[in-house]
Amino acid sequence: MKWETVVGLEVHAELSTKSKIFCACTTEFGGEPNSHVCPVCSGMPGTLPKLNRRVVEYAVRTGLALGGKITVNSKFDRKNYFYPDLPKAYQVSQLYAPICRDAGMEIEVNGNKKVIGIREIHMEEDAGKLIHDARNNRTQMDFNRCGVPLIEIVSEPDFRSGEEVLAYLEKLRETLLYLGVCDCKMQEGSLRADVNLSVRREGEELGTRTEMKNLNSFKAIGRAIEYETERQIKILEWGGKVTQETRRWDDDKGESFGMRSKENAQDYRYFPEPDLLPLYIDDEWLQRIKDSIPELAHGKRERYQRDFGISEKEALVLTEHKNISDLFEAVSAKSGEPLEAAHLLTGEIMYLMNNANITPEFLAVDAGKLSVLINLVISGKINRNAYKETLAAVFDADVDPDEYIAKQGLKMVSDTNIVGDAVKAVLAENTEALADYRSGKEKAFGFLVGQVMKKLGGTGNPELVRKALKDSLSV
Amino acid sequence: MTIDNKLISYLEDLSYLSLADDEKVRLTGDLEEILNYMARLKELDTENVSERSHPFDNVNAFRDDEVMASFDRQLILRNAPVEEAGMFSSPQTVGE
Ligand SMILES: [Zn+2]
Repeated sequence: MKWETVVGLEVHAELSTKSKIFCACTTEFGGEPNSHVCPVCSGMPGTLPKLNRRVVEYAVRTGLALGGKITVNSKFDRKNYFYPDLPKAYQVSQLYAPICRDAGMEIEVNGNKKVIGIREIHMEEDAGKLIHDARNNRTQMDFNRCGVPLIEIVSEPDFRSGEEVLAYLEKLRETLLYLGVCDCKMQEGSLRADVNLSVRREGEELGTRTEMKNLNSFKAIGRAIEYETERQIKILEWGGKVTQETRRWDDDKGESFGMRSKENAQDYRYFPEPDLLPLYIDDEWLQRIKDSIPELAHGKRERYQRDFGISEKEALVLTEHKNISDLFEAVSAKSGEPLEAAHLLTGEIMYLMNNANITPEFLAVDAGKLSVLINLVISGKINRNAYKETLAAVFDADVDPDEYIAKQGLKMVSDTNIVGDAVKAVLAENTEALADYRSGKEKAFGFLVGQVMKKLGGTGNPELVRKALKDSLSV
Repeated sequence: MTIDNKLISYLEDLSYLSLADDEKVRLTGDLEEILNYMARLKELDTENVSERSHPFDNVNAFRDDEVMASFDRQLILRNAPVEEAGMFSSPQTVGE
C-alpha cells in the first residue's frame, strides 16, 4: 500500500502592534541588541505585566475572519521552561482557554477544494533571539523580541501533501495581511511555521510524528516536508521506528537534525498566570471587533468584477497581495478609470516589477502620478508609447509625469499638418516600401506607419497617422 | 507525592540546575513542606465553591498600545554575568 504523509502546522504570527504584549517597549524589528528591553520583558523580580488591548483585538479579529468560535471567558497560563531565550523562565501563553477554537480555512490544490481545520488560536509572548557563536562556543542573547505579541494558529493534522501546506500558508499570509494584524515577513521571523509530520500506510492509524522547527521560508518548508517524509519512510521500510522528537531544519545542508534529548524534555508544568486578570469579551466589544474587519481578498475579487467589470484573471492578480490591491484602489479612485488602472497594474507595473526584481511588499509607486498618467492617455494628450515611457520614468525615478512629458517632448502630435508633412517625407524617403505596398504587400503598411511614428519622435497620434498614410496612399 | 532523589534529579534536568548534595537535602525538605501545605488545603470543603483561575473578581486590566522608552541598555546589561557586543553571553546552549 502507498505511503501517506500527514502534516499538522503550528503557525506563529507576530502581531503588528506598536508596543509589546505586556509592556510599552517597541516591537520594531532590529535595533541595537537589548535596546528594546525593560524590567517587565526582561523578567525582573517584582514587575507586573499589563495586557495590550490591541493584542486581544487582533487575535479576535483573526479568529473571526477564520470562522472560529471566540472564547468569551479567556485567560493566560504560564508555560515553564528554562532556556535562555526567555529570561523569565516561563512564557505567558494560553493552554486552558485559548482565545479562539474551531476555526478553519478552505484551500484549493490542483482544482480540488478542501477545508483545513484550525483547532485553536492562542495569544502568547515571543522569546528572545539566541546567536550561537561557533568561534568561542558561546551563546549570545538579544532580548529585543521578548514579549513581542504572537498568535499561534494550530491546525488539525489535515494536510496530506507539501502542496496543501503551501496553499494553506499562502492563503493564511494573504488573510493576515488583509486583516492588518501581521506584516508576515518571514525573513524577519514575523511569520513562522513548525511542521508536525508523520507517515502511514493509507488507511492505517497515525504514525509517530516529529516536529520540525527553524523553517524560515515557504521554500524551506516545502523542502523540509519532502526530506522528512522520505526519512521516515526509509526508517519504517527498514523495519525501524520513528522517534518522537523535535528536529531542527538546516536549509543550507538540506537536512534536519534531531535536537539533544535535554532540549526535547517537554514538561512545561503549565499553571494559570496569577499576574494577569482573566479576560472577558462582552457582546458589544465583540461586535466592534467584527465591524473592524476589513474586506478580505475574496470579497475584493468579487467586488472588482461586479462593480468595475474587471476580468477574473486581473482581479486575481490585483488581490494576490494587499499592497497591490491598495494601490489599485487608490489609482482607480483618483483617476476614475478602474479598468485602465487594472490593466496598468496587472500589465505594465508587473512587467516593471519583474524587471527590477521587486516583490509586491516592496512596491512603492505614487498612486497620484499613476492616475495623472492614466488621465493623460485616456484624454489623448499622450499616446501609448509616451505613456509607457513616462510610466517607466515614474516607476524608476519617481518623476513628475507632466514635467517629464514636457521636457521629453512626449505630448501627442494630433496636428494634421505636422502628421501630413511627416507622411510626405516618409513616402519620399521609402520608395522601395511604397512600391512593395503598391504591389500588394500589406506588411509594408505597418512598416510605413512605424517610420512616420519614428519621424514624430514616437509621439504621433496613431489613429491620425494611419488615416493620413491611408489617404496619401489611396491618391 | 513524595520527594525522592529521582524527582529531584528530574527537576534539576528540567531547570538546568545542578545541585550540591546539601542543597538537595534542603530542597527536599522545602518541597515536602510545600506539598504538605497543599495537602492541607485539599482537605477544605470546596463542594459549593465554583472553580476559578484567579483570586480577584475583576477582569480585563488593559493598557493602550502606546510605546514608551525602554530601559537604559547599560543598566539591563549589568545583569549579564558576561557581556559580549551588547548581548548577554552564556556557554553554548545547543549541540549538534
Ligand atoms: Zn519591555
